[in-house]
Amino acid sequence: MSVHLSGSAKNLLDQARGLFIPLLVLIIWQGVTANGWVNPHILPSPLKVVMKWWEYLMPLTPYQEGGYFTWLVSGELIQDAYASLFRVIGGFAMGTAIALPLGLLMGANRQVYSLLNPLFQLLRPIPPIAYIPLAILWFGLGNPPAFFLISMGAFFPVLMNTIAGVKNVDSIYLRVARNLGAGKFTTFTRIIVPAAMPYILTGMRIGMGTAFIVVIVAEMIAVNNGLGYRILEAREYMWSDKIIAGMFTIGLFGLGIDGIMNLLNNHLLRWRSGIDQR
Amino acid sequence: MLIDIHHLNKRYITSEGEFFALKDINITVHEGEFICLLGPSGCGKSTLLNAIAGFSLPTSGTILINGEQNTAKTPGPDRGMVFQEYALFPWMTVAQNISFGLEIKNVPTEEINSKVESLLQQLNLYAFRASYPKDLSGGMRQRVAIARVLALDSPIMLMDEPFGALDALTRQTLQDELLNLWAKFHKTIIFVTHSIDESIYLADRVLVMSYRPGTIKQDIRINLERPRDTTCAEFNTLKRELTQSIMEEHARANA
Repeated sequence: MSVHLSGSAKNLLDQARGLFIPLLVLIIWQGVTANGWVNPHILPSPLKVVMKWWEYLMPLTPYQEGGYFTWLVSGELIQDAYASLFRVIGGFAMGTAIALPLGLLMGANRQVYSLLNPLFQLLRPIPPIAYIPLAILWFGLGNPPAFFLISMGAFFPVLMNTIAGVKNVDSIYLRVARNLGAGKFTTFTRIIVPAAMPYILTGMRIGMGTAFIVVIVAEMIAVNNGLGYRILEAREYMWSDKIIAGMFTIGLFGLGIDGIMNLLNNHLLRWRSGIDQR
Repeated sequence: MLIDIHHLNKRYITSEGEFFALKDINITVHEGEFICLLGPSGCGKSTLLNAIAGFSLPTSGTILINGEQNTAKTPGPDRGMVFQEYALFPWMTVAQNISFGLEIKNVPTEEINSKVESLLQQLNLYAFRASYPKDLSGGMRQRVAIARVLALDSPIMLMDEPFGALDALTRQTLQDELLNLWAKFHKTIIFVTHSIDESIYLADRVLVMSYRPGTIKQDIRINLERPRDTTCAEFNTLKRELTQSIMEEHARANA
């Protein structure tokens, strides 16, 4: 016999179930490390990671004078996170700003497509990370190569999905638009672009994911701050607790960005019937 | 006469050779007439409708719209089309779908609003004006598609099996609503269907099409008074006659 639960109770149960495995991992991790079964330099206890995280988050010097807020955000973690976020968003925006109009044009115009597609097909399989040596050679160290690399990471997913989105617009919408008397420009802005929007947003989401990978790698090699730089630096001092704290910070950021992209997605595509939007 | 079709041919060349989807079609449609194109699937009735709409050009022959030969060569809002699959723009609300054609024509905003509002009222869609098509039933969606065409004041309405995907009761309701709208807005309607009952219930004239080559096999005037009683003797005589004619074509199509 099954017990009937109301929707919210079921939700709560689902959430509780979701917490079970992470908690179990945490307990085993704590158990294994607290007893000294593993070398703490290899794997620190979760408690030590949390303590290091807190230390990493807090300002390096005690509060003296000046703006309280400035002091509060002067901690290493906040500075690093800000630097990484700035790079991801800037690079992503640059990549998307080029890929989106280009993709719309390539999807809608056969001549432009046949002109540019071979080049992009040739460049596309090159992972953005493979551009690092060239990026350093061209732009030196610091933000410029990072922006270049991140925008490369975002560029191809947005481009490819936008092209596919435009090419896959159901021809019946185009027929209706012609029947209603829509010209080329109106058809493009009011029919093709919204019809391609699901693809475009998927491309942006994948592009954001790639941008996030690239920012960490770029910071490990071409920049000397940011979350990627910090965890590599921590390795040199054998601070495994700081490495793990940094990794979790990166994970949380990725989760946050994806959540925001998802909200944007659900808002822009509210007209769509989907299984997760009921 | 509003639509005049002379010696219209549409030839297709396939791997199995060439065939005539439409052969020597001659039709005259008068203003305000309700015409049903009836035939088995594949007989070319949608091809004919698409040729009138300007979606596909005929191989030879002429289509005159109001005496004009060039009109039918491109699609336009003077021949509003309603599709079986509704073809509403899913990213637009009901009201936006209806107003889209008016916005293209640069009609002033107040005029658009009052026109859309009145159509929403007349088609019982007012409560759904801000809904997206995904939240509407099939019957509701087809009402929006009809309203979208009515908004344009097209003198001619082309309907390609518009009620084919609806359940029997909804279909009947929409047939009655369509007849009311037709009388009220003085439209000329060309309505494609493969339902014999539907054609006798709706049309002034039923044009029966043959299968390959697609020709006009019969042109039958329905002189029953509206609203028509689908159970009366005359209705059933017509139905028997048309069924026999259609089944011959259907048998050839499946031979």
